[in-house]
Amino acid sequence: MTAMEGLLNVYQISLLTTLAVAVIMALSLNLITGFCGQISLGHAAFQGIGAYMAAILTKQAGFDFASATLIAVLFSAGIGFLVGLTSLRVREDFLAITTMGVAFLFVGFVNQQPRLGAEEGIANIPDPGLGATGYMVMALVLALLVALFSVYVRRTWLGAAFGSIADDEDTARIVGIDVARFKLAAFVMGTGLAGLAGSIYAHQVKIIQATDFGFIPSITVLSIVVFGGIGSIMGVIFAAVLLTMLPLWFQFIGDYKLLFYGGLLFLMMRFAPQGLAGLIRSGLDAMRRYKRDDARLGDAA
Amino acid sequence: MSAILNIRDITVRFGGVVAVDHVNFDVADGQLLGLIGPNGAGKTTVMRAITGIVSPEKGEIRLNDAPLHNLPTHQRVRAGLGLSQQLVRPFRSMSLAENVRFTAGYAKTRGPLGALVALDRSAEARRALELLDRVGIADQADARPDEVPLGVLKRLEVARALALDPKVLLLDEPLAGLNSEEAATLADTIRALNGEGFTVVLIEHNLGEVMRICDRLVVLDNGRLIGEGAPRDVMAEPTVRAAYLGTEVSDAAA
Repeated sequence: MTAMEGLLNVYQISLLTTLAVAVIMALSLNLITGFCGQISLGHAAFQGIGAYMAAILTKQAGFDFASATLIAVLFSAGIGFLVGLTSLRVREDFLAITTMGVAFLFVGFVNQQPRLGAEEGIANIPDPGLGATGYMVMALVLALLVALFSVYVRRTWLGAAFGSIADDEDTARIVGIDVARFKLAAFVMGTGLAGLAGSIYAHQVKIIQATDFGFIPSITVLSIVVFGGIGSIMGVIFAAVLLTMLPLWFQFIGDYKLLFYGGLLFLMMRFAPQGLAGLIRSGLDAMRRYKRDDARLGDAA
Repeated sequence: MSAILNIRDITVRFGGVVAVDHVNFDVADGQLLGLIGPNGAGKTTVMRAITGIVSPEKGEIRLNDAPLHNLPTHQRVRAGLGLSQQLVRPFRSMSLAENVRFTAGYAKTRGPLGALVALDRSAEARRALELLDRVGIADQADARPDEVPLGVLKRLEVARALALDPKVLLLDEPLAGLNSEEAATLADTIRALNGEGFTVVLIEHNLGEVMRICDRLVVLDNGRLIGEGAPRDVMAEPTVRAAYLGTEVSDAAA
């Protein structure tokens, strides 16, 4: 680790940790929105649920970071299960409405709870004791594991079933897919991993407030997934890094977050619904078609 | 022959309109049954009631004596119904082969946990090619649904239904939109599938092909069953002639 401390300054270490959290968040929503086609407008709330759960466990109940994180993941997934159960059995767009409700409900609820620090939030969250560099490495390794898990899921029959639902829910039913159950599985996996991102975030910044996980952060992560290319793992990772860095480079983006991310979301949905990955794919397709036509013309001549 | 599918007293109402009115019929094991009738007779609605896409107000549907009418669509499919839809609905992000391959993996997609540990697709890929070959579109296996004509997508629907290893194959107007040569070929394929032991319920407007390949007909008009039996006998019945052919004559005149 000492070698690395020479390479990176404090700011860069903190930035890489932040990026790891952003990547985990984006990939977790990508399981729900990208793989399975379900829109969540309150994904940050599940990060918040994990963050608060883990922070309370380490600060007030004396749990170590690892166990607190594990419990936070299960707790977020559990709440995700309950939210999903009530909204995924109904028709498609209901989840978007419900999760938007969750986004506001989370902030409203936490701000009224003195035991959760109300609007002050929770401060002085204990340090996990890995050192800044060690913590960064841990966060990056976890982000990598979540990415590998995403790649694995996509290769399994589970990924294929998610894809069929994203493609055409009614047809999925006709070929025997229990659509509600698979959607619920995607939602539980995604919300659980959001809880993981929450715990890492809480123990990095050491102070959390409900608004850190409100509607704007939810829209931000959704615009990252849409910008990267719904379902594309590499595209989503790239977008998570880029769109997390942008507000740091350009102050005005930070000042007008909702306008910027909301606008981005609108523009992508309107003009490039397949995202960056889709733009690159269709570019490659067009090139291939061009070459093929070229070759055919050559044959004909 | 014993009955494999029983339709008992099915009534479907859309708002105030009775679309299907107390319809009863049985499908015998190994039979090729034609379900016919003029436009709006309720054929597709009966099919949708069988698959659970619409909920009948009353009535029972049994497959091999097991009640289906309280199950959701995906469970009816897993119980042994294979459906080919009138309006083709391929998975548009998948190639033709992938459409069938995914469907053939039904044992692996029973639930999320089992699907999470299932990786191998080779057996399903082989099966998909067999089935595409069976319906005569193996040469287009790698094409995307958007790149092929309707006739190919109609066959894809049939191949995909077969991939479920169904006990009863429900085909909703598989010949519609095909030219007469394509229609005759697909009708021959359906007849051949039936010869291999598949029980088939065929909804079809193409009377010529229906008369040629079906063992038995059930005729609906205005949601009511107005005739059933051997094709020649049924078509000779005055009520059927009046309802079915009468409409056809006026259609032709229009």
